[in-house]
Amino acid sequence: MTPRRRRMMFVVLILLAVAGATMLLLTALKQNLQYSVVPSDVYTGKAPLDRVFRLGGMVEQGSVKREPGSMLVQFDVTDYSHEVTVQYSGVLPDLFREGQGVVVRGKLQPSVDGHQLLIAEEVLAKHDEKYMPPDVAAGLKKAHDARRSAAEAPTSSASPSTSVTHH
Amino acid sequence: MNWVWFHKLASPPSAYVFALRLRPWLFWISVIMMLWAAYEGLFVVPPDYQQKDAFRIAYVHIPAASLSLMVYSMMAIAAAIGVIWRMKLAHAVAAACALPGAILTALALITGSIWGRPMWGAWWAWDARLTSELILFFLYLGYMTLRASFDDIGRADRASAILAIVGVVNVPIVRYSVVWWNSLHQGQTLSVFGESKMDSSMITPLLVMMLAFLMFFGAALCDGLRAEILRRERNASWLTDLKAK
Repeated sequence: MTPRRRRMMFVVLILLAVAGATMLLLTALKQNLQYSVVPSDVYTGKAPLDRVFRLGGMVEQGSVKREPGSMLVQFDVTDYSHEVTVQYSGVLPDLFREGQGVVVRGKLQPSVDGHQLLIAEEVLAKHDEKYMPPDVAAGLKKAHDARRSAAEAPTSSASPSTSVTHH
Repeated sequence: MNWVWFHKLASPPSAYVFALRLRPWLFWISVIMMLWAAYEGLFVVPPDYQQKDAFRIAYVHIPAASLSLMVYSMMAIAAAIGVIWRMKLAHAVAAACALPGAILTALALITGSIWGRPMWGAWWAWDARLTSELILFFLYLGYMTLRASFDDIGRADRASAILAIVGVVNVPIVRYSVVWWNSLHQGQTLSVFGESKMDSSMITPLLVMMLAFLMFFGAALCDGLRAEILRRERNASWLTDLKAK
């Protein structure tokens, strides 16, 4: 083995060892590296009951209720399978609205007939990685709504073409 | 294959002259592109549908962040070449990458923080993307500190090369952090092989800005490399010849 080959092996071995060690470490810490848990985790007992944690999900449409004359706001956070009601008193970020992704930090209250309530200390808004002008977004939403209403109201003319895919 | 040109370029005198000649081209073209892209990004491109004008900071944040990873990879590759082939110029390239890389990483962290405050509602979050980018910043700082702690350049080269190579493990972690874990940070916008998630009316200034950042880094690398060569070859006769010309 020439010295150059030996040095090459040395570099490759270092890289493999460090990459392997890091992979093991990250796998071991997988749960701790999650920034937030989802509402379903709260119902399956994966969320801590006795301390503060972060819950991530969507603000349920039509669920935001504000207490007149105070900073108190209540809304449901959903992952489209379970939801947790959140109460928060404070300033909300600009992007907060119904249908928006949020991460709230707070503590669960003892549940009343299976319904979970979380008192939040902090509410952060998430945004996605898509960027587009308002008119493009409006166009996309219109097309999406049109497709949805077409799917929800099945007409006899639409069915023959869809049945072809089953063959 | 004929490698004569490569060996010639890899000799300190020709690399020095090459960097000196290349630098003004890279610098001035990048300045022009940067000015154009900044004007387009700030005034011409339409506002985003949900973030309004706040999204415009992406025209600095994305180029800085993506280049911070690219520069680290380059530094690690140069360091590995330096170790394996005992090539001093490769070590000089790696050493010259560190400071621009650290500045780019700091720029990505600072612009991200300024962006995060109004949009997320927080200056900082300990999510996987932000934390791994902060580790990248510390790797650059550690690399520079380690180099500075040796009097002998050869020993500084070898020791810091190991750190650069070990630290490259962090690069895919930063890149895929938003895929592997739940994070506050959004996913990847630009995609080389798939479709990018930015509307076509907004994307051109971003791509031009990324190219401008890359060329600006190239100009900084030319300067850094020349400084490294001067430090290593300060007693060489070719420098006295060059000065006399």
